[in-house]
Amino acid sequence: MSQLSQPHGIPDVSIPGEPDGSARVPAAADAGKGVIHVVHLYPREMSIYGDLGNTRTLAARIRRHGYSPVVHQHHPGGEFPETAHLVVGGGGQDSGQVRVEADLEQIADRLRALADAGTPMLMICGMYQLLGNAFITVDGKRLPGLGILDVTTQGNAKRMIGPVVLSTDFGDVVGYENHSGSTTLGAGQAPFGTVRSGLGNNGTDGTEGARTGNVFGSYLHGPILPANPVFADALIGLAAELATGRPFEPAAQDDAIADEARSRQVRRLVKR
Amino acid sequence: MLRTTAAVVAGKAARAASRLRGGGSALPGLVAERIDPGFLAHALADVPGGIVVVTGTNGKTTTTKMLVAVLRAHGRRVFSNPTGSNFTRGVISSMLGELPVRGRLRADMAVLELDEAHALKFAAAVQPTHALLLNVARDQLDRFAEIDHTAKLLASLAEQTTVGVVLNLDDSFVSRIRDRVADGVAVHYFGVDASIADRLPELQEQDVRFDDDFVAPVAGPDDGLLRPVDERTFEVVFGLGAADGVSESAPDRRNVGPLELQQRGLAAMINATAAAATARMLLGDAFDPEAAAEALRAVTPPFGRGEVVVVDGQPLELVLVKNPAGFTVALGTYGSTPVATMIAINDNYADGRDVSWLYDVSFESLRTRGVTITSGVRGYDMALRLQYDDVPVAEVQTELDPALDAFLAQHPDEPKRIFCTYTAMMALRRTLAARYDLPDIGEEAS
Repeated sequence: MSQLSQPHGIPDVSIPGEPDGSARVPAAADAGKGVIHVVHLYPREMSIYGDLGNTRTLAARIRRHGYSPVVHQHHPGGEFPETAHLVVGGGGQDSGQVRVEADLEQIADRLRALADAGTPMLMICGMYQLLGNAFITVDGKRLPGLGILDVTTQGNAKRMIGPVVLSTDFGDVVGYENHSGSTTLGAGQAPFGTVRSGLGNNGTDGTEGARTGNVFGSYLHGPILPANPVFADALIGLAAELATGRPFEPAAQDDAIADEARSRQVRRLVKR
Repeated sequence: MLRTTAAVVAGKAARAASRLRGGGSALPGLVAERIDPGFLAHALADVPGGIVVVTGTNGKTTTTKMLVAVLRAHGRRVFSNPTGSNFTRGVISSMLGELPVRGRLRADMAVLELDEAHALKFAAAVQPTHALLLNVARDQLDRFAEIDHTAKLLASLAEQTTVGVVLNLDDSFVSRIRDRVADGVAVHYFGVDASIADRLPELQEQDVRFDDDFVAPVAGPDDGLLRPVDERTFEVVFGLGAADGVSESAPDRRNVGPLELQQRGLAAMINATAAAATARMLLGDAFDPEAAAEALRAVTPPFGRGEVVVVDGQPLELVLVKNPAGFTVALGTYGSTPVATMIAINDNYADGRDVSWLYDVSFESLRTRGVTITSGVRGYDMALRLQYDDVPVAEVQTELDPALDAFLAQHPDEPKRIFCTYTAMMALRRTLAARYDLPDIGEEAS
């Protein structure tokens, strides 16, 4: 596990299931179809609801498709990795969100440049909010976001909690939402999906998440990727093309268990 | 008074009815609570020796059972709620069995296990004299929403406690609560000896506020520290902070142990340390380390916490799992001896409706032996989780009873283990109770 880029001597967090050394760049002979650099933003502060599982899922599937992942963890005050083909972020507590704001400002230009270059990003819950224009707290304070997604979030006293089913470009997507922020899309901003069951961005307009180019924001934990492998592979495909300059060359996957887990949730939750 | 009597009678009737059906530990309490909202305050009005609330994320049931055993070993009459039904109405339900219809409990002390939110609800009705605050970890975030919120609930309970609090020295979410107790309220700690401090990360939540200016407390003369002797044997050491000169060769008579618990694992040892430190605070000079050790040795694991059911001559362990820290500890405790394994995950309210937390647990210790069957409403999600840790899963059967039958049939001549969430455990236990000899829930064999 990489300890090199750690500020204040704080080691990387352990991502359950990931082998030791997954932060190391493999030798050219062992790289398979190509090396894909995955960056997980603030895993300690902003991944308390199982969102590390997204990174584990991406790394494991990158290997199954015959590529080699390099899993970077970016911590507050640390050096942002030189190469990034896929950027992932999760949800945290309000205290965690406060802790990453200063660092996010430092790496804002880099993230905007990556987004403009078509780098796929998956930002869940708190990090989704921080990628938007602003977060307005309950007492009216405006905290500016990165503005990569044209969304604005209003803090609420009431939390939106429960299982969710979405209809998306990647088929039905299932997950679990747990947020107090109510998010509104700007005019022309595309959502990630439409709500079939659950509350979504704000509980009123039927939208969930946001998508601009290859940047995806969503409230869905679960985590979102294991049970929705079509979406996971779409992100990997985009990253693979960026990393290799060639079209994605997927390998056949057995996703029977994931498909069963997902379709059971859809059947339970969507009333016909 | 009439109202309380009516509440007691109605509650007792509901209790008798629900016991006949074989379950439902909270319903009778709900009935009594509806009829008389002042029920709790009234019932506990004549308990002179202390009203103790035990709360925190993990270990409440085990620690409460241990604390009650130690106090009873000192001759105290103790009322408690041993069912793990840790909402206020669960407390009332267990009271109903012991209450005279006048509605006042006859006991020296009350030791109550309460879930973090219900501990406050309870305190609003009855101010606790003492509180034992165990730990704060991710647990059922769909109910408590955030770890910081849970920590605030515990701090608020400590503020309302009138005589003494016992805090976890090693969990900074809990130890920082020392600054919140009222003037004149005693603060004692339990924790682990420096020799095993390196094992704490496997047990507890990472506190991300590492850069603020909080200085952790240091153990004093009244604080109990866990010092393991070997894998199963340990001592609870008192007075370490004050008397550095305690010699290794002369056993300190203030210490509890060495002793071995019936329940395995470091988490159980820490629970015993917490129970010993709290009993010492409650009993003062009457605390007898010998009696405490004797009582702790005799405590059997609470149901579902490593409880063993003998099935056709072979042990079947039921292990309750409900959050990442708890599942990780359980795998560390039980996974070190790999046996045939089943995992049952439900997502009802009492289980936590969000199963995301399964991705914060590492299942690698199950890789070699594999998992025979996953079950419960989210049985496929569990199988998927194991797939991502490269743990082989032979079968998925979401229905619990057929899964149990298949599991027992496939491993007739060897020890077995089921990791299960709360409602899955209750259902499995009901099925097992109908077939094999095991105590009723709420009436633990003592």
